[in-house]
Amino acid sequence: MSATLSAHLPALQVVLPLIAAPFCVILRKSAAAWFIALVFSWVSLGISIMLLEQVLTHGPISYLLGSWPAPWGIEYKVDKLSAFIMLIVTSIGSITMIFAPKSVNLEIPKDRVYLFYTMYLLTFAGLLGITITGDAFNLFVFLEISSLSSYVLISLGSERNALTAALRYLILGTVGATFYIIGVGLMYQMTGTLNIADLAERLPEVAETRTILVALGFVTVGIGLKLGLFPLHVWLPNAYAYAPSVVTAFLAATATKVAVYMLLRVYFTIFGTDIFAALPIDEFLLVLGLIAIVTMSGVAIYQNNAKRLLAYSSVAQVGYMVIGISMVTATGLTATILHLFNHAMIKGALFLALAAVFYRIKSVKIDDMAGLGKEMPYTMAAFVVGGFSLVGVPLTVGFISKWYLILGALEKGWWPVAALILFSSLLAVIYFWKVIEVAYFKPRPESADTVSDVPLSMLIPLWVLVGANIFFGTNSNLTVSTAMGAAKALIGGAP
Amino acid sequence: MSPENAILWAIAVPLIGSIGILLTGKIANLRETVTLVTAVIMFLIVGSLTHIVLSGERPSVTLFEFLPGLTVTFTVEPLGMLFGLIASGLWIINSIYSIGYMRGNNEGNQTRFYFFFAIALASAVGVSFAGNMLTLFICYEILTLCTFPLVTHSGKPEAMKSGRTYLGILLGTSIGLQLLAIIWTWHATGTLDFKAGGILDGHVSGAAISVLLFLYMYGIGKAALMPIHRWLPAAMVAPTPVSALLHAVAVVKAGVFTVVKVIVYIFGYEFLAEQLTTNWLVYVAGFTILAASIVALRQDNLKRRLAYSTISQLSYVVMAAAILAPLSIMGAVLHIAAHAVGKITLFFAAGSIYTAAHKTEVSQLNGIGRKMPWTMGAFAIAALSMIGVPPTAGFLSKWYILMGALSVEHYFAIGVIVLSTLLNTGYFIPVIYNAFFKEADDKDDPHANHGEAPLPMVIALTATAIATVLLFFFSGLPLELATQVVGK
Repeated sequence: MSATLSAHLPALQVVLPLIAAPFCVILRKSAAAWFIALVFSWVSLGISIMLLEQVLTHGPISYLLGSWPAPWGIEYKVDKLSAFIMLIVTSIGSITMIFAPKSVNLEIPKDRVYLFYTMYLLTFAGLLGITITGDAFNLFVFLEISSLSSYVLISLGSERNALTAALRYLILGTVGATFYIIGVGLMYQMTGTLNIADLAERLPEVAETRTILVALGFVTVGIGLKLGLFPLHVWLPNAYAYAPSVVTAFLAATATKVAVYMLLRVYFTIFGTDIFAALPIDEFLLVLGLIAIVTMSGVAIYQNNAKRLLAYSSVAQVGYMVIGISMVTATGLTATILHLFNHAMIKGALFLALAAVFYRIKSVKIDDMAGLGKEMPYTMAAFVVGGFSLVGVPLTVGFISKWYLILGALEKGWWPVAALILFSSLLAVIYFWKVIEVAYFKPRPESADTVSDVPLSMLIPLWVLVGANIFFGTNSNLTVSTAMGAAKALIGGAP
Repeated sequence: MSPENAILWAIAVPLIGSIGILLTGKIANLRETVTLVTAVIMFLIVGSLTHIVLSGERPSVTLFEFLPGLTVTFTVEPLGMLFGLIASGLWIINSIYSIGYMRGNNEGNQTRFYFFFAIALASAVGVSFAGNMLTLFICYEILTLCTFPLVTHSGKPEAMKSGRTYLGILLGTSIGLQLLAIIWTWHATGTLDFKAGGILDGHVSGAAISVLLFLYMYGIGKAALMPIHRWLPAAMVAPTPVSALLHAVAVVKAGVFTVVKVIVYIFGYEFLAEQLTTNWLVYVAGFTILAASIVALRQDNLKRRLAYSTISQLSYVVMAAAILAPLSIMGAVLHIAAHAVGKITLFFAAGSIYTAAHKTEVSQLNGIGRKMPWTMGAFAIAALSMIGVPPTAGFLSKWYILMGALSVEHYFAIGVIVLSTLLNTGYFIPVIYNAFFKEADDKDDPHANHGEAPLPMVIALTATAIATVLLFFFSGLPLELATQVVGK
């Protein structure tokens, strides 16, 4: 029994949250919906851990849906990279679900809370589906599932601006998905297959054709839109700033990560590194990444809304990941994959801290956070540690990713790139310190009510993420070895 | 206690103490007792390592591996031993002084003050015992971060502005330049361990060495080479005990300590001496010595004058190390100790003048020596040590630096030392002269009727003044440690 069950884990990983979502609608009770979302998030986390274990010991897993053989049927494929990404998505999901109920009940009207959990489960299932599927068209389907539900999640924000933010994201997100599917269509036209492994085999014959290069361009732009790759990021700051706090935390920590995963898959599994010789997309990514880390960090300095500040910081962080990809070396990809995980921990912690702040003072404007260091010591301490990690202070995960990124740049002999990465870290010090100074060194205005720290049900998940920042910052064996293994598998070409 | 455990406890004790300070924050006397007891225990533990290091052992303990091949490791070697002894020993005296100062001036947030002070000491000892460059970097950064709340203690806009300068320069240089240098070193050599003779020989060559040296020297902002020295005068907005222990001893000495460490154990001074492109450091340090002295001459604010004097004295250490002669490196090591006891005394005196007489400017100090004989007496002794007059510690270190410069016939360095001695005399002697021999001119001042500062402060500054003299007569331990550093 258990053997058969464990053989079906890849399918269960996607099917369970998909099935759970309608139950939330049927039950309609906030508490029940929350409970379902919580349980299924944790079950998925368990499955992720088991899958990662299986992959690490037995190598990649291939699962044929309905036992139809690939490439005719849909194949689910779990390798180190996808198992690692699923671990990120499910652990962030599980932790935010513990945190969620109080924050959600405050920010979302009572009659729509069940919708939040439904949409959360759909997004969750979609993100996992993207990660696990071995089929380029099936990936598009999951991309749409996760995107459509995340538009709804964002529009649940309490301010009216949330609606325009969601609409803008919807338009650009749909353009992105369309570009992606056009690219996939072109590839199908040339190779006659949609299975990723099959594509990888057949593409080299036609790699130099204009159609394939155009396909690559379409796919890059499409994913770039989902990724928030500069200058395709315009939807992101508003979406993050106006979405309900928990949604921001979840999406910021997972959605862009999964988009980076798609980019890695397309470039390194489907096309292979040779494609960069035909089309210098690596240089193009490098330039965009560098512009992103400098300008977006610079823009972040001038924000007065802490959520928007972190949103711009996210665009900058995506820049780091893209720079890692653009190196096309094992170290560079290791840095990117590490940063996927590390940045999820960092931004998850920071956005949850802001959610806690909002829960108490109904604002995340930096000016309104004056004096919170004393009034909400545990929340703000979490914010400080998360911020240190964002900057890349040693003993936090941020330092680990920066270390590998700079090492990768030095290996390539890219001195100016290494210098710019460090320079943008300094910009991060500035924008993050702005918040610290206000929270710790400005007195709380007389007119403001005194507030206390948030309840334990919020503090514990917050500090679990903060703890992860320190744990994986001091003990990086698991993350580094997994990321390295995944990077080597990618660069070697074989999926 | 095994030496390995002693290393860990030396760092853990102040951390545990900091928690004790938080817990006892409501009862001031108990809290101060915790600080004092912690300081004493820490000093005893650090001291217990001395004879082990002197006997030639290098006890080492690895905490964890945080990147493949890179560990957080603490190893005690002679240079770190000396710095550890100075920092932990002076913390005891400084704590006594702090009690007098913080209470005498009714400062707020005292629990926060003592808490971060203890953490600063833990990271200072972490710097001194660091077994590889990455461990050192980690402790170095923590030291920067945990002294920020001490610099901005008053919370006034002026303090916040200075705090930004402080953090901006120290973090900017360390992340922007030092970290790059460290990753470069790792990339080139595959190790970051401190090794006698250095680790770079055979891995980096030519002009790249000079660039790497530049990244290290300007990445160590705490050594305050010009033009990255501005954080130090800015840090003077802090309460005086902070200026005394942290910005005359722990933080700035962590800077020049790292400089010596990098030159001796990363580059290897013999390796550097073979290079043709690295002697610029002597000139930069020499320039800093002279320029800072000239600026000090023009400062009327006593603490700012002392700050510029510190910048100048720090560059003595950098220059001495950069001369690359064994004797001058011994001089650099000795100067870390000599300047520490001297400068802390000077700051103590400045703080006690402020507490007793509410005076901050040099021009207000006419005749104050008669009202505060102990304070100004200690000030005079320490000032003589800064100038390098025997029988004070400053003479000893200057002697070695000069000998080192002579041994390699570095006439620029010799000229700088002679000139700066004159300048030191120029900015210290008038203060002493006016304090003792001029008539007081503050008859209208409501604070004119003051005596000595509170007793704890007087005890502290007398103790460090005596130490300045004792270090001249009993220089066996620091000399032995310095000899072991150069391995000759």
